[in-house]
Amino acid sequence: MDNNKVKIIEKREQEKKDIDNRETLLEVRNLSKLYGNEKKEAIKLKESGLTKDEVYAETKTTIALWDVCLEVKNKEIFVIIGLSGSGKSTLVRCFNMLNKPTSGSIFYDGKDISKYNNKELMDYRRNKISMVFQSFGLMSHRNVLGNVEYGLEVKGVNKQERYKKAMEMISMVGLDGVEMEPISNLSGGMKQRVGIARALANDPEVLLMDEPFSALDPLVRKDMQFELLNIQRQLDKTIIFITHDINEAFKLGDRVAIMKDGEVIQVDTPERMTSNPKTEYVKRFIDSADKTQVISVKNVMITPNSIVRLRDNPKIAIKTMRESEVSSAYVISQKTKFEGVITLDDALRAQKEGLELSDILIRDILTTSPDALLTDIIADATESKFPLAVVDEENNLKGIVSKVHVLSSMQ
Amino acid sequence: MNWLYEFPFEIPMDLKAIDASVRAFSVEYDGFFSVIRGGLVNLVSFFNNVLDMIPWAVFILLVFLAGWRVSRKISKGLLFAVLLLFIGAVGFWSLMNETLAIILASVLISLLIGFPIGIFISTGDRANNIMRPILDTMQTMPVFVYLIPAMLFFGLGKAPAVIATTIYAIVPMIRLTNLGIRQIDGEIVEASKAFGSTKLQSLIKVQIPQALPTIMTGVNQTLMMAISMVVTTSMIGATGLGMEVLIAVNRVEIGRGLVSGTSVVIIAVVLDRLTQGLVKRSEVKTDG
Repeated sequence: MDNNKVKIIEKREQEKKDIDNRETLLEVRNLSKLYGNEKKEAIKLKESGLTKDEVYAETKTTIALWDVCLEVKNKEIFVIIGLSGSGKSTLVRCFNMLNKPTSGSIFYDGKDISKYNNKELMDYRRNKISMVFQSFGLMSHRNVLGNVEYGLEVKGVNKQERYKKAMEMISMVGLDGVEMEPISNLSGGMKQRVGIARALANDPEVLLMDEPFSALDPLVRKDMQFELLNIQRQLDKTIIFITHDINEAFKLGDRVAIMKDGEVIQVDTPERMTSNPKTEYVKRFIDSADKTQVISVKNVMITPNSIVRLRDNPKIAIKTMRESEVSSAYVISQKTKFEGVITLDDALRAQKEGLELSDILIRDILTTSPDALLTDIIADATESKFPLAVVDEENNLKGIVSKVHVLSSMQ
Repeated sequence: MNWLYEFPFEIPMDLKAIDASVRAFSVEYDGFFSVIRGGLVNLVSFFNNVLDMIPWAVFILLVFLAGWRVSRKISKGLLFAVLLLFIGAVGFWSLMNETLAIILASVLISLLIGFPIGIFISTGDRANNIMRPILDTMQTMPVFVYLIPAMLFFGLGKAPAVIATTIYAIVPMIRLTNLGIRQIDGEIVEASKAFGSTKLQSLIKVQIPQALPTIMTGVNQTLMMAISMVVTTSMIGATGLGMEVLIAVNRVEIGRGLVSGTSVVIIAVVLDRLTQGLVKRSEVKTDG
């Protein structure tokens, strides 16, 4: 893993810890949205305990959202996940009032946005919240620059400032040099980068992303997910992210809300959701996930059986290894600092030839951080001759993780 | 069993009364109709004067250049020029100008009225539902039926010709503007809203440019419909190439009919290809 990636992962882990203490930025309270002509009747039937499908059969009225309550914390990535028809896209469009809720409220910074008048709503959309769309929603009659400038243009920002800001965003998403290209010349991944740049150009507090990577192929998708985390790290925005892919949800989300039939079933961090699913449905959903995306190294690492100190002589090292019936040992110095690995064969040779442990030490052992996700170390773990050494930032040995541990946790 | 084959009752309709009331209406509002008539006659003669002012050689050169540019082929430009040369050579140049003036006036009015109506009915389903049967009627009603009231209200000549042509030709403009705006990818419109555009900003900056290829097709169709009215409107006194055709038919002069008819076809072909080129260009602009 390159250094940059490690840093990002570490920072995200740090953030996850204090997510519960963040202040609330958006609060959804008892939000319902119905489509059809017999809303009152549908509400009555739903309250009497009928399911969404039964209500539809009875009244031809669709309950897209039902009594949704949730809080989005400041600067978090809040993922809403559900199958198609679960209401997630309807919900995300309520955050910027592209959909007007039938009942209930959404509070932004303490104010109910469903009661905004036209002007307030326009200001809110221009300055506080912006959106990235599944099929990009780019305007084909404008080039890349024109698209990124759009939000600033309708806001009335002057030309030079608009250009400067747009170019800054284009460069941030890695599209330098294509700003004058027409949209149709771009690949899917590039198009969505334009979508993200356009959404960021307004410098919003909240970024709504409606399945932004669903239309992209898996490799590009992975890149974009990483890119998004990178951008989040640089700009510190609150992101509300919609997906139907549990792996994506767990990879990106500080907290995840699972939706079914227009209702929110559980809102929690990926870890807590995995360890404590609220219903059978949530459990099934999580079971379909690739666990390596959720589980971090510290959850599967073990303490090495044989640890020797660098200043010990080969005789002690051989004894330690024989006692724990292994053929290699992890070497530390100054109590906990990780130095490398020695093998039993080398130790025997050293004893014979009178060498020090430092002479036979294998130093190029792959290491990883306790907070790294398993998915990120699979390649290293399977290729390495020895189990990976798990070390913290100060190079203290925390444990080891072997190929077996990684692979067995994948089921 | 007779009632099965003969309709058993008949609602008495006083058709004479309808005639009388329409006539009375035209007399009553004669002042109003005269003003419109005057305006239309002026508009047509304005176009006619402009066209007459352009020397034939310059006109042909312009058509050649325009044809070359929109089709990107010099052969097309040359073809259009030769075709126009034919009209001049058979002595129909000024008749062509007269006809073109009526066509241009009708198309201009159709665009000015049809474009906003099309946009209006694209914004709501109710407006669209009300407008659809009206448009169907305008398109399917035999043209002669509204030639008569047009003549009653506006007299004979070019003014009623423009009115009748407009009623017939405005329909595709309205329909295709409406269609073009409705066809835009929903996410693009959502995006424009999500960034806080006003309705007008969203319309001007996003919807109309996105719908442009379809709208341009509407312009092309309106033009074609207007040309198809040339001979019909000559029956209420619109002079020009149409009148030549009409006279030829009445007198069974096959040669005269063939030449004047060919001239109308040439105008149609040249104008169609030129505006089709515009449609293509607007597509290039939006899609690639």
